[in-house]
Amino acid sequence: MSLLLDKPDAPLAQSVAHPRVRFGPVSFQVPVRAAVVSTLAAALLALLFCFDISRGEIDLPLNTVFSTLLGGGDSLSQFVVNELRLPQTGVAALVGIALGLSGALSQTFARNPLASPDILGISDGAAAAAVAVIVITGAGGWGAGSATGALLDVGVPMAALTGGLLAAALLYVLAWRRGIDGQRLVLIGIGLGAVLTALTQWLLVKARIQDAASAAVWLNGSLNARSWEHARPVIIALVVLVPVAFMLVHRLNVLQLGDDPARGLGLRLQTTQFLILLVVVVLAAVSVSAVGPLEFVAFVVPQVALRLTGGSRPPLLASMLLGGCLVVGADIIVRVVLPFTVPAGLVTAAIGAPYLIWLLVRTKRKVTA
Amino acid sequence: MVGIVALTLLLVGAAALSLAVGSRSIPLGTVIDVLWSPDQSEASTIVHTLRVPRTALAIIVGIALGVAGALMQGHTRNPLAEPGLLGVQAGAAFAVVLAIYLLRVDDLAVYAWFSLLGAGIAAAFVFAIGSTRGGPDPVTLVLAGTAVSALLYSLAQGFVLRDQTTLDAYRFWAVGSTSGRDISIFWQVLPFIAVGLVLAAVNAPGLNLLQLGEDVARSLGMSPWRHKVLGVVVVMLLTGAATAACGPIAFLGLVVPHIARFFAGVDYRWVVPYAGLLGGLLMTLADVIGRLVVPPGELQVGIVMALVGGPVFILLVRRHRMVRI
Repeated sequence: MSLLLDKPDAPLAQSVAHPRVRFGPVSFQVPVRAAVVSTLAAALLALLFCFDISRGEIDLPLNTVFSTLLGGGDSLSQFVVNELRLPQTGVAALVGIALGLSGALSQTFARNPLASPDILGISDGAAAAAVAVIVITGAGGWGAGSATGALLDVGVPMAALTGGLLAAALLYVLAWRRGIDGQRLVLIGIGLGAVLTALTQWLLVKARIQDAASAAVWLNGSLNARSWEHARPVIIALVVLVPVAFMLVHRLNVLQLGDDPARGLGLRLQTTQFLILLVVVVLAAVSVSAVGPLEFVAFVVPQVALRLTGGSRPPLLASMLLGGCLVVGADIIVRVVLPFTVPAGLVTAAIGAPYLIWLLVRTKRKVTA
Repeated sequence: MVGIVALTLLLVGAAALSLAVGSRSIPLGTVIDVLWSPDQSEASTIVHTLRVPRTALAIIVGIALGVAGALMQGHTRNPLAEPGLLGVQAGAAFAVVLAIYLLRVDDLAVYAWFSLLGAGIAAAFVFAIGSTRGGPDPVTLVLAGTAVSALLYSLAQGFVLRDQTTLDAYRFWAVGSTSGRDISIFWQVLPFIAVGLVLAAVNAPGLNLLQLGEDVARSLGMSPWRHKVLGVVVVMLLTGAATAACGPIAFLGLVVPHIARFFAGVDYRWVVPYAGLLGGLLMTLADVIGRLVVPPGELQVGIVMALVGGPVFILLVRRHRMVRI
C-alpha cells in the first residue's frame, strides 16, 4: 500500500490546504487543518469531561476518574463518578454535541450564519410549552399547586419536547408550497418564533412573580441535577441522526452552490432539505427539553469552528466536539468556579461570545457563510 | 407614489383611532375638538395626558424601527438582519438593568437616558469589531453584533435572576410598551429620530448601488466605506432612540422591510419610506388592538405586534413570491 502525497497543483490555492492521499486507485483529500482542529477539540472535550467529573463535594484525582470511567476504581469513586456526576456531565456533553451539529447544519442549509435553529422557532415553541406548564401548574398558577415536585420535573421536559416538535411540524407545513424554499422557511420560522415568544412573554407578564422567576431560570438553560432520564432522548436522537448527518456531507457541499445549481448537479433537493431539517429540528428539540434553551451554543459554535478550520461552510465534526467543550466548560464554571448559582445558558453566552469576538478581531477578514 | 399617499392616510386614520379608542372610548368629533382647544373636561385630560403621548410615540418609534430595519438589511445584504443586531437593544437592556439593580431607578424618563447611553456604547463596540479597513464588513458586523448582544443579554439576565425586584421592573420594560410614557419622553427621543430620518434619506439611494457589490459600487463612483459608516450610525440613532422610548421591540424592524418589498420592489429609494410608514402603521395599530383585547387591562404593544403581525407575515410570505436581497 503506497501512501503518496501529491504535490498540489500550482494555481489551486485550495489544494495547498488539502493534500491528497492515494491508495492505488482510490484517492481523497485530507483536510489537514480540520483534522487537527477536530483532534484537539476531541482531546479538550475528554479533558474537560474528566475534570468536570473530578470536581464537586469530594475532589477526585483525574487518573481515578479516568480509571473509574473505564470500569475500575473502588466503590466510593464508582458511586461518586457513575451515580452522582456522570449523568450531569454526560447530559452537558451530549447537548453540546447535538446543538453544535444542529447549528452547523441549519447554517449550511440556509447559507446564512444567522440561521441557527433558535431562529426557526423550535426553541421558542419548546419554551412556550414549558413556561405554560410552569406558570399554569406552579404554586401561584391556575392549577393552584396541583402539580409540583416530581410531576413538574417530568412535565416540563415532556412539554418542551412536544412544544418544540409541534412548532417544527407547523413550520414545515406552513413553509411547504410546492416544495421548501430555504429563505421562505427561515422567514416563516421567524414569524412563528415571534408569535410563540410573544405568548411566552405574555405568560411571564401575567404570572405571579415567583412563577415568573422559576420560568426565567428555566428559560436561561440549566444543567443542574440532570439524570439519565434527561439524557435518554438526546442519546437516541444522536445515535439515529448523526449517521444521517454524515451521509449528507457531500450533499451539503453541493448545496453550498445555491439551490438551482445544486438541482442542476443532480441533487434531490427536497429530500436533502427534508433530511437536513429533520436532523436540525429533532436535535434542537431534544436539547431544549433536556436543559432548556441554551440559545447561543448553536449559533456560536459552528461559527467558531468555521473560523478555526477555515473551510467554506461550518464543519460538522468540529462543531459537534466544540459544542461539547463549550457546554461542559459552562458546567464546570457553574459548579466549580462561581460561588453563586447561575444558569448555564448565561455562562455559555458569556464564554462563547467573547471568544467569537476575539476570533473576529484577530482574523478581520472576509469569511463567507 | 400612490402607495405612499395611501399609507400616509392610513397612518393618520390609525392615529385618530388610537386617540379615540381605549378603556374609555371618546367619539372622534370630541377628540378633534379637545385636541385643538384643550378644556378642563375629562375627555380632554384623557386625550392630552394619555392618548397623545402614546400615539405620538407609537408613530415615531414605528417609523424609526421600520427605516432602521430596511437600512440594516440593505447594508448587511442579509434578509434576517434586524436593527437590534448592532447590539443596540442589548446595550440598552443592559444599561436599564444596571440602572434598576444598582441605582434603584424607577422612572421611565431616566430609563430612556440610560438606554440611549447603553445603546450608543454597545453599537460603537460592535462597529469597531465589525469593521475592516474597507469599512464595516456585512458578515463580520452581523456576527459581532450577535455575539455582543448575547454577551450583554446574558450579563443583564445574570443581574435580573439575582434579584426579584429587578426582574419585576425589567420584565415590564423588556416586553416593549407605549403605555405610561408622558410626552416628555417623546420630546426626549424626537431629536435623535429626526436626525436619523434625515440621514436615512441621504443614505437610502446609495444602497441600490451597494447591492451590486462593493467593487461595482466603487467603480461607479461611490465610496462604500463612507456610505456604510453613515448607514450604521443612522441605524444606531434610530434604534437607540426607539428602544429608549418603548423598550426593545424586536419583530417590527425585521418584518416591516419584507412587507415593504412586496409593495416597493427592490429600489431602496422606495423601500425605505414604505418601511417607515408601514412601521408606524403597524406599531399604532398594534397599540390600539392591545388596548381592546383584554379590557379593562391592556396587552403590551410588543406582544400584540408579534401575535398579530406574526401570522400576517407568515401569510404574506406564503402568498407571494419573495423579493430576494
